[in-house]
Amino acid sequence: MKEKPELLPYFLILPAFAYMMFFVGYPLMQALILAFTKEGVFSLYNIQRTFNDYYFRDALKFTLALAAVIVPTQVVLALILSLAMSKMFKGRDLVLYTIVIPLTISDVAAGLIWYSMLSSHGFLNKLLISIGVIDRPIYFFGYQFRHMEFLAIFLTEIWRATAIVFVIIFAGLQMISSEYLEAAEVFGAGYWTRLRRIVFPLLKPSIQSALIIRTLFAMQVFGVVWILAGRDIPVLAGEGFYQLTEIKDYGVASIYTLVIAGISILLAALYIKFFKAEYLEVE
Amino acid sequence: MDGEIKYALKQVAFYALIFTFAAWIAIPLIVSMLYAFAVPSEYYDPSKVIPLKFTPRHVEILLITLGALDAIKNSIFVALLTIAISFALGIPAGYAIAKFIFPGKDSIKLLIVALRMFPIPVMAIPLVVLYIRLHLIDTLIGVALAHTAMALPFVILITSSIFAGVSKEYEEAALIFGLTRFGAFLKITLPLALPGLAAAAMFTFVISWNEVFVASVLTLYNRTLPAHVLLIIAGASGGAAPDYYKFAAAFIMTLPAILFILVARKYLITMWGITLK
Repeated sequence: MKEKPELLPYFLILPAFAYMMFFVGYPLMQALILAFTKEGVFSLYNIQRTFNDYYFRDALKFTLALAAVIVPTQVVLALILSLAMSKMFKGRDLVLYTIVIPLTISDVAAGLIWYSMLSSHGFLNKLLISIGVIDRPIYFFGYQFRHMEFLAIFLTEIWRATAIVFVIIFAGLQMISSEYLEAAEVFGAGYWTRLRRIVFPLLKPSIQSALIIRTLFAMQVFGVVWILAGRDIPVLAGEGFYQLTEIKDYGVASIYTLVIAGISILLAALYIKFFKAEYLEVE
Repeated sequence: MDGEIKYALKQVAFYALIFTFAAWIAIPLIVSMLYAFAVPSEYYDPSKVIPLKFTPRHVEILLITLGALDAIKNSIFVALLTIAISFALGIPAGYAIAKFIFPGKDSIKLLIVALRMFPIPVMAIPLVVLYIRLHLIDTLIGVALAHTAMALPFVILITSSIFAGVSKEYEEAALIFGLTRFGAFLKITLPLALPGLAAAAMFTFVISWNEVFVASVLTLYNRTLPAHVLLIIAGASGGAAPDYYKFAAAFIMTLPAILFILVARKYLITMWGITLK
């Protein structure tokens, strides 16, 4: 519809826009005020207390460490899975629906589901004992088994959120025209050459996009950690939650969440730098 | 001959890979469901890898005595309200993006994509302060308003792609035959977009159904299911609940999600492709 610029689309967008501005803009401003004032005047008191908080450094460390091991693993797994699933085979739809089930499962439920696998009376331990691999259970939970809790969180997050990465990369893979691949095949390119020279370069935007979306969500990791490890493995969102609900310290809680926002904005800036609007075009 | 063996081996390796992936997803789901209904003596017996005696008792106790049923009702109410508000706001915006060309459109789209990734915890804490002032704290409406802020960017992206899929010729024909623009939208575009919108509604439902941080922070007694489960299950605040209640909770939370996959499977992959790319 080529018409002169009219006001109608702006009116249609305005309510949604105003709503988002209120629910994102106002809290962000308010969070800054909560974080940087004390009794109504500007103060770094809260910042100081947060940075001196015994848990702060650990929370930052564990949040970043979890993202650093989880996100790359998910991208690699999703890539392999997407390539496998792009082949036609019997029962493909069934496998596809199975793989995407975790997309609809909350982080709290995923944590509980994996608890049933890994607890000392869980499936894994009982299986390994009954086939004679181990003779006492492997303990995954409790402060003294912190590294195992880390592993449990890792496994759960891989189980829960690889599907998101898969869906993004799989959608990208479907958009690659088969003509390119057929042409390459005609000219004698083998499977690996086709992957390296055609598929990977064309898939790059999807991979980057998946990488960044997952990293941003990884910064907010909360439910799985809270269920499986509590504060044994402190994370930024978890400490913010704890400060708010248990200590009722709004200032420190705000700073925890602002650190998440800060890292996220940094990553979002990368996102916008890497991807132009035409790539985000909704067709 | 050599080539044939190589091909057969490749096929076997391929199916083994696919099977491993599917089993990796399916086994924890099946195990947690079996354990949710296992009698405790079976669960605590190290030799019973797969329990054989079942009871609905833990799910029942969780639902009735521990208040999960009320939490489910709260969750459904919040999710439906979230759908209503986010659709009322999101459908016009999605329609505008799909059907109009206007200055600033690209920036607006980029903004929506960016807002989709806004960290929810940042929103939650100042909202507590605001909600106390507005008497919205510990209300389901308050939670739904916050969930709407979370779901709205997704709703706009999904609806705009659905409306873009409805051919504009139909709408133009309707305009020629004397319908107003709004009439054409109501009588032509909306009915054609209905199946897609239904899928989008389910998507929104799942977002709200699963959200735990905001819901936990904004409510005290009127809790949604994930917030309620977090409170009664998580070791850090509520003390450790017996394991079988954890599995029962997982079962109650997971069941609607699996039903959702069954119902919406046709739209699922495309929808997530749209919203997440």
